[in-house]
Amino acid sequence: MQIKKSSEVYDVVIIGSGAGGGMAGYVLANAGVKVLMLEAGPFFDPAKDSQQLKWPYESPRRGGNATRPMGDFDASYGGWQMDGEPYTQKDGSEFQWFRSRMLGGRTNHWARISLRMGPKDFKCKTAYGVGDDWPITYDEIKPYYDKVDRLIGVYGSMEGLENDPDGIFLPAPKPRLNELFVKKAATSLGAKVIAGRGSVLTAPLPGNKDRGACFFCGQCNRSCKIYGDFSASSCLVIPAMKTGNLKVITNAVVREILTNGNGLATGVSYIYKDDMQEYQVNAKTVILAASTCESARILLNSKSPQHPNGLANSSNIVGKYLHDSTQGGTAVILPQLLDRDRFNEDGVGSLHLYAPWWLDSKKLDFPRGYHLEIFGGMMMPSYGGYFGFEGVTTPYLNGYLPGRDGKMKAGGGYGAGLKDDYRRFYGTMAGVGFHGASTAKEDNYCEIDPGVVDKYGIPVLRFRYKWGTDDVNQAKHMQQTAGAMLKLLGGIPLMQPAGPETNYGLDKPGKGIHEVGTIRMGDDPKKAPLNKWGQTHDCKNLFVTDGSVFTQQSEKNPTWTILALSMRTAEYLLEQRKKQNV
Amino acid sequence: MNRRDSLKAIGIGTLTAGAVLTGCKPGEITDEVQVATTGREAFEIARDKTLVKETYFDAHEMATITVLADIIIPKDAKSGSATDAKVPAFIEFIVKDETQHQLPMRGGLRWLDVQCLNRFGNAFIDCTPKQQTTLLDEIAYPALAKPNMQQGVAFFNKMRELTAIGFFTSKIGIEDLGYKGNAPGKWEGVPQNVLKKYGLENV
Repeated sequence: MQIKKSSEVYDVVIIGSGAGGGMAGYVLANAGVKVLMLEAGPFFDPAKDSQQLKWPYESPRRGGNATRPMGDFDASYGGWQMDGEPYTQKDGSEFQWFRSRMLGGRTNHWARISLRMGPKDFKCKTAYGVGDDWPITYDEIKPYYDKVDRLIGVYGSMEGLENDPDGIFLPAPKPRLNELFVKKAATSLGAKVIAGRGSVLTAPLPGNKDRGACFFCGQCNRSCKIYGDFSASSCLVIPAMKTGNLKVITNAVVREILTNGNGLATGVSYIYKDDMQEYQVNAKTVILAASTCESARILLNSKSPQHPNGLANSSNIVGKYLHDSTQGGTAVILPQLLDRDRFNEDGVGSLHLYAPWWLDSKKLDFPRGYHLEIFGGMMMPSYGGYFGFEGVTTPYLNGYLPGRDGKMKAGGGYGAGLKDDYRRFYGTMAGVGFHGASTAKEDNYCEIDPGVVDKYGIPVLRFRYKWGTDDVNQAKHMQQTAGAMLKLLGGIPLMQPAGPETNYGLDKPGKGIHEVGTIRMGDDPKKAPLNKWGQTHDCKNLFVTDGSVFTQQSEKNPTWTILALSMRTAEYLLEQRKKQNV
Repeated sequence: MNRRDSLKAIGIGTLTAGAVLTGCKPGEITDEVQVATTGREAFEIARDKTLVKETYFDAHEMATITVLADIIIPKDAKSGSATDAKVPAFIEFIVKDETQHQLPMRGGLRWLDVQCLNRFGNAFIDCTPKQQTTLLDEIAYPALAKPNMQQGVAFFNKMRELTAIGFFTSKIGIEDLGYKGNAPGKWEGVPQNVLKKYGLENV
């Protein structure tokens, strides 16, 4: 065994090809910088590899979850567990880590919900008295959000809400029938239900000839063959490759970032999965964007005499302040929709209706809040995914409602009567998901497990994450909201009310897949690894552009902010290169 | 990319408008178990190829599953039966794919046969239709079932669920439900007459 070293020196090497790595690569390659991108998984081009428009019977498991936790047609290669690449837990922690190993990372299958953080979200401590303020303001980031909107495309409606800033929007899709019932109920509770905001081209994107407009199949999670939604693969990396300035090596699992005697980054060491050999590449600058937890892992594993505590970790903060959004929800069968009209109601595969946080948390027992994501409609009959087979409840519910003849009967059954009940109940489900802000805490973290390595011999992450009282109180409030909505909807609830024994239905940390914060920004090098440009305080030619940079998340889904910050960091790097500072 | 190019890109540009609207790809689609390779990871392809070659249920078990599936979802005026939709083949695959179903199915089928043997002197499939439904009536309605029949209820719940999944995710079953999507279109919201029916015009 030997280490294969290349003599070529790239201007920049980027670790990771998701939203953060993809955007940095796109900006730099288009500016003429010679970039090498390392991706741990295989090449993935939605135009070719998407499972879009397949019918359930084109899958032997009819869409089931046996190899893909979000369904057989879901675009993600990876999941909650990956063979030979474990992670461990400490102190009874149950953090769940979703990884996608593929070009574009998790952006291939995400729900495309694209929200800006608001002015108060960047100043959490000042505005709400919890957490920390970012070293940047909304006004500093706004121009980048605007540029991301124009470059990638996002639909929405202009609302003028203070902490839910409008963008440059394409037309919003209309709601589905079931969603209107939920909207009515949520509005009665005082929520302001507005159009969702999603990176789906509901109209052609001005100036872009490579991407088609959405044709409304509602399958964004499979990724889009005509690039009608945002994936980092289709919208950033593949276009950047066409400039001739970006080279991508796939199946390259990064072991560590290499540094020299001055403590500066010199390149990256990786395993090439296709031949299982060790390689080293050289670069003048390294950009880390391997995902929130993986990036922390790489820094902590990159130890040297100059960086004995892990690279860029003199603060001892790398891995700490890990935080995911709180998550809850409820679903209901709407009896008024039995035997409902049939029409193509696929819509978009992102969010049709959403309600920003609408209450004043000063009057509540938790800071900040959560938003509502409304769903429902005539979904393609399928098995697997988040909802499984929708009809699974039919033989349990058919005893609660009168039949076609107006008479009650025993629940369950078989035969022609049951077959007809499946028809009657089809398309009657609706519901709401709650996604809330959690405050970053130093004692929620990932670290290197001192005793465990993965199949490549790389030390693995160990997680320690506990929900706090604020998070549980927020979940309790979600349950109250769910209960009030169920009453207003008048339907049959599909989920039991959750009590204190289950933290009020609060999902395990990580299940939101909104984890951020492990390599946070902050002006003080003793308290944060990154400065406000995403540059490490300890190593000036090392930058970070993924979700790990968040000082503090909000209840807004993080991807749009990752894209805006990555673009800003890449432009900053271009300036610094001009000034020959890096 | 304009709309026509878009449709070409997804491989349906040459079809007639009618076929596009119904989402049909003539001659391509069957209910047979297939192993896809494009956009799949190597381990998934290998796993699928192995599973389709393996056999879990024996001939008697498959015969029983076939009879039960058609009792649960028979042919009616609107669509075919569970076996018309190849539900037994789906059940054979899914228990290999999701192995947690194996023991409840195998043991449940045996439970059913032993019940029938004790009462009627025959295995389930050799009983008369009247005898079969007499027994099923005791396990098909969970709230009415006697305590000593609970194992049968658990089995029938699973059998019914797998049958319904297999049927309503087949081509026959999807057409039966009247699902209209999975085809390129233009979503312009809920039709006005439907909104009016539910008093949602101004929501």
